Amino acid sequence: MTELTDLGVRALRDGVRAGSFSAVEVADAFITRVAQAKALNAFIVETPDHALAAAREADRARAAGETLKPLAGVPIGMKDLFCTRGVQTTAASHMLEGFVPQYESTVSQKLWDAGAGMLGKLNLDQFAMGSSNETSYFGNVVSPWRAKDGGNAALAPGGSSGGSSAAIAARLCPAATGTDTGGSIRQPAAFTGIAGIKPTYGRCSRWGVVAFASSLDQAGPMARDVTDCAIMLEAMAGYDAKDATSLQLDVPTWSHSLSPSLAGKKIGILKEYRVDGMPEEIEALWQRGIDWVKDAGAEVVEVSLPHTRYALPAYYIIAPAEASSNLARYDGVRYGLRDLPQGANLQAMYAATRAAGFGDEVKRRIMIGTYVLSAGFYDAYFTQASKVRALIARDFEAAWEACDLLLTPTAPSAAFALGEKSADPLAMYLNDVFTVPSSLAGLPAMSVPGGLDKQGLPLGLQVIGRPLDEQAVLNAGLAIEQRAGFVARPEQWW
Amino acid sequence: MTESTYRIRGETAEWEVVIGLEVHAQVTSNAKLFSGASTEFGAEPNTQVSLVDAAMPGMLPVPNRECIRQAVRTGMAIDAEINRWSRFDRKNYFYADLPQGYQISQLYHPLVGEGHLEVEVDGSLKTIGVERIHVEQDAGKLMHDQHPSMSYVDLNRSGVALMEIVSRPDMRSPAEAGAYLTKLRSILRYVGSCDGNMDQGSMRADVNVSVRKPGDELGTRTETKNVNSVRFVMQAIEHEAMRQVELLESGGTIVQETRLFNPDTGTTRSMRSKEDAHDYRYFPDPDLLPLELDEAFLEECRASLPELPDAKRARYTDAGIGAYNAGVLTAEVETARWFDALLATGANPTQAANWVTSELFGALNRTGTSIEQSSVSPAQAAELLALVADGTLSGSLAKQVFEVMLKTGQDPVAIVEERGLKQTSDTGAIEAVIAEVMAKNPNQLEQYRGGKEALFGFFVGQTMKAMGGKANPAVVNELLKKALS
Amino acid sequence: MSVDTATVKKVASLARIAISDADAERLAPELNNILGWIEQLGEVDTSAVQPMTAVIPNHLRLRDDVVTDGGVRDSVLANAPAREHGFFGVPKVIE
Ligand SMILES: [Mg+2]
Ligand SMILES: [Zn+2]
Repeated sequence: MTELTDLGVRALRDGVRAGSFSAVEVADAFITRVAQAKALNAFIVETPDHALAAAREADRARAAGETLKPLAGVPIGMKDLFCTRGVQTTAASHMLEGFVPQYESTVSQKLWDAGAGMLGKLNLDQFAMGSSNETSYFGNVVSPWRAKDGGNAALAPGGSSGGSSAAIAARLCPAATGTDTGGSIRQPAAFTGIAGIKPTYGRCSRWGVVAFASSLDQAGPMARDVTDCAIMLEAMAGYDAKDATSLQLDVPTWSHSLSPSLAGKKIGILKEYRVDGMPEEIEALWQRGIDWVKDAGAEVVEVSLPHTRYALPAYYIIAPAEASSNLARYDGVRYGLRDLPQGANLQAMYAATRAAGFGDEVKRRIMIGTYVLSAGFYDAYFTQASKVRALIARDFEAAWEACDLLLTPTAPSAAFALGEKSADPLAMYLNDVFTVPSSLAGLPAMSVPGGLDKQGLPLGLQVIGRPLDEQAVLNAGLAIEQRAGFVARPEQWW
Repeated sequence: MTESTYRIRGETAEWEVVIGLEVHAQVTSNAKLFSGASTEFGAEPNTQVSLVDAAMPGMLPVPNRECIRQAVRTGMAIDAEINRWSRFDRKNYFYADLPQGYQISQLYHPLVGEGHLEVEVDGSLKTIGVERIHVEQDAGKLMHDQHPSMSYVDLNRSGVALMEIVSRPDMRSPAEAGAYLTKLRSILRYVGSCDGNMDQGSMRADVNVSVRKPGDELGTRTETKNVNSVRFVMQAIEHEAMRQVELLESGGTIVQETRLFNPDTGTTRSMRSKEDAHDYRYFPDPDLLPLELDEAFLEECRASLPELPDAKRARYTDAGIGAYNAGVLTAEVETARWFDALLATGANPTQAANWVTSELFGALNRTGTSIEQSSVSPAQAAELLALVADGTLSGSLAKQVFEVMLKTGQDPVAIVEERGLKQTSDTGAIEAVIAEVMAKNPNQLEQYRGGKEALFGFFVGQTMKAMGGKANPAVVNELLKKALS
Repeated sequence: MSVDTATVKKVASLARIAISDADAERLAPELNNILGWIEQLGEVDTSAVQPMTAVIPNHLRLRDDVVTDGGVRDSVLANAPAREHGFFGVPKVIE
């Protein structure tokens, strides 16, 4: 018998509507499963009451014969970067430990308005800075996946949305929110065998989301399949007058328009992504993806993004620069940690508070950001990076003359072991090589599972689309998903 | 245009003073620049603070159209270039009154570019350049004297819109700086973009001062922060210039630094707390897009500009009002507005100007009331002036009527009727009184007729007195001359 | 451009992060490594390029001048480490 926790968003929604099971039964099943999965450390805070309240409301509405909301009966996980009223929001930092927002982020509010309930706040890399979840103050998330090499090493669930990816892969929740600044939805999705989409910059409001890098941050859903991602994104997206960068556009009904046919579509393969030393298995995965989209009716063409090799260094100027400024508000005055050494003045209090409240990676990025903006370096670093960013965006525009979508691997490798890259920041940064360019250009991009490597670990394929063309991205994702037939799931060891 | 001859006489040489002002003017608006919290002055601490102003995690700025509009109108009022493409930058520094850890301001692409205004000092005109006007957020307020070991933070002002109006270093004396600030304040109040209340901090100046020997390169300047009256600005310049001259002449060098003005002593001192923060790491605010203004918006701004002080003054002098009176009547927007309402009734401009600057101002000064609070309306003043013009009231009767108007707020016609203050030209009645006066004063009559003509005034006075001041003086003169001869 | 420990300390001070000498020693080569890698951006000829200003073409919308917020002092102060009489408290500042 299929357990309720094996069902995805659509199946749960439809089941509650049909009366196959009650929303409270669903919530209970997930709450129990969350409680049994402490070893994964996916949640920072569990909120069973929130999930149950939403479930009771769904059951009441159904009993009353009301039309059910789009996500009625679906409990989800909330990345702990979204401010939730009355529920501690930490961004996985010591700095915000105990911080209880008096407000609700626009995206989470939209999900509650759509009938969803919250199972808890999901762990992440501190202030969303990291690709392995090892920078969390609350301990790293452990991937539910294990390599079949007999070693049993604990693996990274990816980052920064590692709590989200691990929880979904382990069936602790059917879907979760993520945020993506340079790949933080797509890379953890790839590492854990789930799907995740970063929509066009401006689709989802940033209001109430703890900021990392404002010009890059974008919320998006993570779920087990493409259809569930589409349903979630419909609830999360939409214009918000409180975010000046929000796009004033209607939200398409992506889930209704999903189609796996790619007939008439041209899909570009990037010359520059055939990087030297790319693992053979990634190369093979990519080739399989190419075969699948051809099979779905697409024409495959080779395209070039000549400045793509500069995307990572540009990103590692722009993101830390914005972060160094965005994180200046954590000063121990109005909320969060305050470290006031005996006799310290105001400026010493700031320095002590920020030394104690931020983890090493956050400090490292603040330092880089401060350095590249400082007197004498601004033009050489920040202005140059902003110009290179414009060139990268221009490359994409040129590519859209030749194709409708781009297909790449999501990450240059499968999940690595915890601790494997944490000593070398640069090696960690290189993980984002395939995801960062589309982030810099604000484009919609998604990762879908493409198969397993020899160790039995998931690998992801990335589809990148034109601005606002989430539909084409989701359709291509669906075409790949149907052909990949990915059914593997981690064995339960926790 | 004449160059200022203001010099500081030092031990060894004469020094020229070079002054530039950065004026922070609070934009008149209901809500803050980037949040919906109120800007009203004097509220309980932290009650006019939104979560955006307190820089809570995830909060975002959305700009207020009115603040942009007012800054554009201000730019237009000083003939400045309006930049249709501008953008906001972050100025990063840490201070307890700055919740975000940065001020949203404009460095690289300000809203308003090069402009200028004209000032008059000692009867000569001088043009002062304005380099730019940019829009930015105000900081909160720190209170240092309420607790032995703590400073208190109130964020009510945090996020209120300011215009920073940056002058060229074109001023050469405290008087020129005073005239510039006065003129700027007058223009802002005409435009309605700032209330100009310097004592409430709605307008304050950062005073940049350097000294040099005439003809030399510019010297190193100091910046004295947040000086909040015209008089203090002039004092700060005087003190700072003198300090710099003394320092230079004794072999010292000027350090570029931020200083603080002490209004009690009229002196400036170095401000330690801000010294290390000069690397502001400005960069474009990624929470905001570039600000692009279309022609319709600019046209609306232009069309809504009122007549400005210089134009109004020219109109008054063209109407025959003396230059001095025209200046006095246009300096404050409320006065000009009141006077324009008086002119609109068809009053004679010269007489109206004389009456306002002498009678009305005298009365307002005596009672310490401002012209908007005056109990006499422009329409009532027009009625009073008409009664004088048509001979109903003599000058002295008009004064009496005006006193009653001030006290009761009544219309002059009603006062005249009620109190019978009408001037009389009834020759029969006046002749009868003259006969009586002559009969009562035979000695004076004899002396007068004996050639002591100075006694004519005595007879006028006696006649007027007997008539209770209501006789038409011209008629009295004429009849007296006849009777006495 | 190579970052020495003095620069690291200066940057940390600008960023208001207290660091020990040992931290500075450790961070210097780390930052040098990252900055050295970033410096490859200098190779790109950007003389004819304007810096990106908007990620996705979009116009800055302006708000109406209406008071819609404020009057929420309890929320504003709810998480404050030190608050008294409606104010935030900080160590005494001498200006
Ligand atoms: Mg200044
Ligand atoms: Zn300023």
